[in-house]
Amino acid sequence: MLLTLFGISIIIFALLRLVPGNIVDILFDSAGMVNPADKVRIEQELGLDKPLPMQYGRWIGGLLTGDLGYSYVSEKSTIDEIAPRIPVSARLASTALLFAVLIGVPLGVISAVRQNTWIDYLLRVVSLSGLSLPSFWLGLLVLMAFVATFGSIPIYTESPRTFGEAILLVVVPAATVGFRSSALIMRLTRSSMLEILRQDFVRTARAKGASAASVNYGHALRNALLPVVTVIGIEAAFLAGGLIVTETVFNIPGLARFLVESIRNRDYPIVQNLVMLIAVVVVTINFLVDMLYAALDPRIRYSD
Amino acid sequence: MDTPVLDVRGLSTVFFTRNGLIRAVDDLSFTVNRGEVLAIVGESGCGKSISALSIMRLVPSPPGRIVGGEVRLDGTDLLALDEAAMRDVRGNKISMIFQEPMTSLNPVMTVGAQVAETLTIHQGISGKAAFERAVEMLRLVRIPEPAQRARAYPHQLSGGMRQRAMIAMAVACQPQVLIADEPTTALDVTIQAQILDLLLRMREELGTAVILITHDLGVVAETAQRVVVMYAGRKIEEAPVDALFAEPLHPYTHGLLASVPHLASLNPDAAPAERLQEIPGMVPPLTNLPPGCAFAPRCPHADAQCRAAYPPFEARRPGHAVACWHADRLYGGGHG
Amino acid sequence: MSDRQYDAELTRAGAGADTVWTKATFYARQYPLGAIGAVIMIVFVATAIFADVVASFSPFSTNPAQSLARPGGMHWMGADVMGRDIFSRIVHGARISLAVGIGSTLVGGVFGVAIGIASGYIGGWFDLVVQRVTDIMQALPLLVLALVMSAALGPSLQNTIIAISIPLIPYVSRVIRANTLALREQAYVEAGHAIGLSEWRIAVRHILPNTLAPLIVISTAQLGSTILTEASLSFLGLGVPEPHPSWGRMLSESAAEYMRTAPWLVIFPGMAISLAVFGTNMLGDALRDILDPRQRG
Repeated sequence: MLLTLFGISIIIFALLRLVPGNIVDILFDSAGMVNPADKVRIEQELGLDKPLPMQYGRWIGGLLTGDLGYSYVSEKSTIDEIAPRIPVSARLASTALLFAVLIGVPLGVISAVRQNTWIDYLLRVVSLSGLSLPSFWLGLLVLMAFVATFGSIPIYTESPRTFGEAILLVVVPAATVGFRSSALIMRLTRSSMLEILRQDFVRTARAKGASAASVNYGHALRNALLPVVTVIGIEAAFLAGGLIVTETVFNIPGLARFLVESIRNRDYPIVQNLVMLIAVVVVTINFLVDMLYAALDPRIRYSD
Repeated sequence: MDTPVLDVRGLSTVFFTRNGLIRAVDDLSFTVNRGEVLAIVGESGCGKSISALSIMRLVPSPPGRIVGGEVRLDGTDLLALDEAAMRDVRGNKISMIFQEPMTSLNPVMTVGAQVAETLTIHQGISGKAAFERAVEMLRLVRIPEPAQRARAYPHQLSGGMRQRAMIAMAVACQPQVLIADEPTTALDVTIQAQILDLLLRMREELGTAVILITHDLGVVAETAQRVVVMYAGRKIEEAPVDALFAEPLHPYTHGLLASVPHLASLNPDAAPAERLQEIPGMVPPLTNLPPGCAFAPRCPHADAQCRAAYPPFEARRPGHAVACWHADRLYGGGHG
Repeated sequence: MSDRQYDAELTRAGAGADTVWTKATFYARQYPLGAIGAVIMIVFVATAIFADVVASFSPFSTNPAQSLARPGGMHWMGADVMGRDIFSRIVHGARISLAVGIGSTLVGGVFGVAIGIASGYIGGWFDLVVQRVTDIMQALPLLVLALVMSAALGPSLQNTIIAISIPLIPYVSRVIRANTLALREQAYVEAGHAIGLSEWRIAVRHILPNTLAPLIVISTAQLGSTILTEASLSFLGLGVPEPHPSWGRMLSESAAEYMRTAPWLVIFPGMAISLAVFGTNMLGDALRDILDPRQRG
């Protein structure tokens, strides 16, 4: 796990340094005047003139000691920039995931149990559209619907006036991001159930005289849910991508939107640390999911 | 008391596939008496497993379909029951165990819970009482330390013990008929004998009739009382086990016995230490069976009549019947 | 059952389907969604190839007089703020989406297959290293990685293809590696060794052809993903730059300001993206069902 994170840090660092132009160029371009001496001085201050391995070393050293550097743009510490945005994105992501699981799993099961009936086809089309609609377009359509109905777009605020407004500000973007995830989970649950229903032990359960409900939900589902648990972990990674566009569309001041802005601004400290944060979160979630899977599957829990 | 416990008449099951119509079971009739052990023998694809699944009405449908016949269990036609009534019968009055004990058990449920489930479904016991009964059943099938094994998961048991657990599950409600589909094929030879022994004991202690489906003639010789031989979906010979081995009347049965080493010596026609005889050719594709006797293309004695018309299934000796035009002529005349 | 019912059941099961036409209708009936997907893909590809013929305007020609024209008449999908015909831009946009989609899927696929087979077949330290690198790359979401790569390389058509194909390689190589590991255990590989075939020959002549099925499945699945990623990148301003008409960028240009006044700027490009991805996904699903060895027989 640590090795993975280490590797990621190297890749991110290298990629960013590939980018032509740095923050100083941008600052000066927008200011209009270019005094080469000034440029060099600022670059020195920011440490951009040191050799790359040294810059990398400084960053990693900082990570380990808790000093994460300062944003080139705002000059506040990166922690101060990133930390307040975390709860915003976390709330959005977890609501979206909840939405996705609560909708995706039951619909996937229904789709599998009623394979090849009209309801199966309908659900498959719905889940395919969930996969095919770009989430930013969905977001735009939602906003347009708001405009058409209420005459204005919901503006994100930290202090909503009514409870209803608070719910709206979280639920609507979450549902937009979650739509795609729910489609993925629905499809996976469906294929997992179908796979399990083909197994021999399902035939044994039927041979015992078990009812259809008992066979489907008692026997098959318990087995089918195992791989679904794993997928929820993988979904955590996809969600980050979805958050990027959704936060942009709905103008939510979260981490993902901040990432895009910082990339545009070549604000290295922010980008590096933010991407590392995303990577750490993803890797941790996957790790936890693996543990959960091992706890749930008796073949792993009791392997002697 | 003398009516057979299971009476199968004219059972026919077909499969609709891309390659055409497969008559997996074609007009199959046989009876099983109470407490009897009947073996159904034949090579892979002859329809013996599908016959069993048809009796239990577990044929995957689509693509399969039972298209004709009656299956009378103690007088009731199983094929005429609705699904709910059939569920009451399955696992209760008639049970089935399968070939692969590992994949046939639910990997995330304890063995005890799976045995207890049969009791819960059919006898209404649940919870602790059911579990205790389940442990009793495991003890009955001679699983050592049954209370501990009951809390174990299938992957923690050996193949032989899993099969014992399956048998426990199948006999928990004291069914009248137990169908065992190749129960020992996936097990070691040493375990095979134990499992067969167990099946026979169940029959003694519970009075259950056993239908043993197998391709292994050695198993048949040791365990069965009567034998039905199937080929290409049809029954071609039926006899008490001793009679079948001593005097097989159908050329296919004759060929089967001649191709098994230690059994060849039972065959009066074969000289000892001769080359093993194989049956030349292959089973014809079930989508494209020849018009006459299905075995004719491979039979050394086939003639024009064999190829033109399917022979009727007739008794040539008391209790010994066969579907062959030339049975009398080929293997010694009848004694009466 | 009557004979007529038998025949009906048999035809439904596909018996007697020998000619190309009967086979095609059988598959279409068996996999209706896949058939629809195939039709959509054919339309998509045809539109891309014959864009010049289909579109009445050039996607680049501006016409201030027609700024924000409503759909209808000359511009049957309307016009954008610079007076460019939306329909023509969408039709030409198909080329871009197809180019990036197929391009990155192809590049990612070729490298993924090569690495996957090599990794699975050679094993040892090579495999270990590749596995680690794959893990690392997969720890980051596709869009994030593509985002950073795109920013690093700079906006251009080729760079977008590269930026999207690189995160794709670990996905492909992982699947292909698993497939190769399974194939390696097959008896005919051992037989090949026994008669003295070189490793290279075995890999190319025996392993590679059996990799085709999972490759087709994963490629069609990835095609939808790459098209979406390109759209997202362009939407964020980092993908395909001017003057190429990218569906994703068409949405970002129009979004906030004209949402209220000119909804057609939002609706049509989005529909195009959705339809294209929809088609690839439906087709991919059907192909996977057909090619899955467990489903056969």
